[in-house]
Amino acid sequence: MFVSSQNSPPVFKDFTLVMPAVAVGNVGQLAVDLIVSTLNMSRVGYMHTDCLIPMAGNNPYSTSKEDAEELHTPAEVYTAAELKLAVLQIRAPIIQTKSKRFRQQLVSWIKASGFSRTVVLSSSHAYQRDDQQLQGSPLRYLVTPSLLGVSADALKELGWREMERTPAFPGVTDTDAEPRLSIPGGGITKGLYSDSCAEDLPLAVLLLFCSEGDNIPDAFALVNHLNDWLHLLDNQDQAPKNKWKIPTSWSLLFGSGIPPALF
Amino acid sequence: MKPFNLSKSKDFQRCHHLRTGRNQREPDTPINYLKNSSQKCSSWKKCNQKVTPLMWEKQTREVNLLWSPEILQSLTSGNKLQCSDFILAVGHNAASFLSAYVLSSSNWDAVGRASVWNERSRAVAGQSSEDSACVFYRHKDNPSVLICRVTCYIAEDQLFQWAEKVFDCVQHRGLNVTVLSDSSVADYKTENYLSSSSAPFLRSLHTTAFSDQPVCQSLEQPNIVTGLPAAVLNHCQVHCIAAAVYQCYSDVIGPDSVTMETYTPVLTKLGKVMQLVQPPSTDVLSKFVRSTDIQSNLYI
Repeated sequence: MFVSSQNSPPVFKDFTLVMPAVAVGNVGQLAVDLIVSTLNMSRVGYMHTDCLIPMAGNNPYSTSKEDAEELHTPAEVYTAAELKLAVLQIRAPIIQTKSKRFRQQLVSWIKASGFSRTVVLSSSHAYQRDDQQLQGSPLRYLVTPSLLGVSADALKELGWREMERTPAFPGVTDTDAEPRLSIPGGGITKGLYSDSCAEDLPLAVLLLFCSEGDNIPDAFALVNHLNDWLHLLDNQDQAPKNKWKIPTSWSLLFGSGIPPALF
Repeated sequence: MKPFNLSKSKDFQRCHHLRTGRNQREPDTPINYLKNSSQKCSSWKKCNQKVTPLMWEKQTREVNLLWSPEILQSLTSGNKLQCSDFILAVGHNAASFLSAYVLSSSNWDAVGRASVWNERSRAVAGQSSEDSACVFYRHKDNPSVLICRVTCYIAEDQLFQWAEKVFDCVQHRGLNVTVLSDSSVADYKTENYLSSSSAPFLRSLHTTAFSDQPVCQSLEQPNIVTGLPAAVLNHCQVHCIAAAVYQCYSDVIGPDSVTMETYTPVLTKLGKVMQLVQPPSTDVLSKFVRSTDIQSNLYI
């Protein structure tokens, strides 16, 4: 699944992996775009899999004419070695019948690479929140038991809200159905989280309740939230600090320019 | 494997149960159910022939590559196709361009085809292999040049498979891949509104291993390429094969001679590896431009 683009395979031991889930509003993917663009990360390999719909395009993070014509594929891995950070960016939808297989491929790659922890950036439908979820911040987290042991203090200090278990049939008191974890619109998030719990992988999920629309502010909210924990921007030399760089591919997100004859 | 002719065989008449949903089996399983079940039917005992009815062959989403006997023999003995240039045309205009400017010189042998079934495949009775929607041609004098014309729809879950299977048959060293692809100008995003006079036009994308000069401007952000050209580019990028896609954005749906002529700059590249036909006259081109299908009378 992972194919290195360098001469020698990259070493991921003890790195932190940040990856998006293809979810409502593509918030996770936009947030990852911001991380790669701001930290000037370099591509180290591709995820060559039949589980994603193929697409190709020129360099979405290009800053000059020289690097504009580099081809990019639907799933690629970038690293920032000085931060011990690796990022997997997924640019295409997962083929519906291959979702489970994709999760399995991811889990085995994460295990084989030896990441110290994985953070999944995701989102969930805002309209499917229940009463208790409607209040307060729209950001939630989830953490596998394996990572909880290590990061419990940090998470407590941040004051984050854990994703609630919601009843399966709200308002129906007769049933004895247990409240369960539900992440509608989250794509493979829930499956990946359950698989990681089962495989004892240190994995955290950061998600945001949002709706489809202009999700750029949501992406900023999520990435700032992540930064509060991982402190990715602390080593930035250029001023102003704590500023995320928008990649060049974020243009014309809502279509081409308007024909003047329309008015 | 040849499809089992359902209507003519006496065996089938006895095994009429095949047709019903209840008893449908995987292709290639022998249909002597009696051995495994307790049903009693004396006629079934005689029917132990392996069956791959035409309807079953179509219902799997496998991409099947069917090569000529010579190539098949070469592949099964472990030798991949020696290929220096692979030219792929995706879409009616691209395919017709190659037919008119390259394949009409009759120096080409049809050496294989890909059979792909999906929800958009139309069952056309009596379709011969030459009319097939995905055919491979090889140059008679220069067998290291391979052309493929794809005019059928290949579904999202079949694209990766198509690229893997085709490139598995071809040796990669020194391989140059050129893809001509049709697209609609409605999918092209630009800040300044495109007036109708600018279409059709070409844009290119190439892999890192491609060291030549593309014949047209590179595809600007935030545009992307999807479908078969993207699957081919992904495969070539990951396997370090030199490949270039020339995407033609046209405002005409369907075959059109002006759109076909937009691909002419690519001829300068192709002309280095093979003999090209003199620019065909408008009569020849119009032969490739079919009139609108009768079924599509939406705008009459």
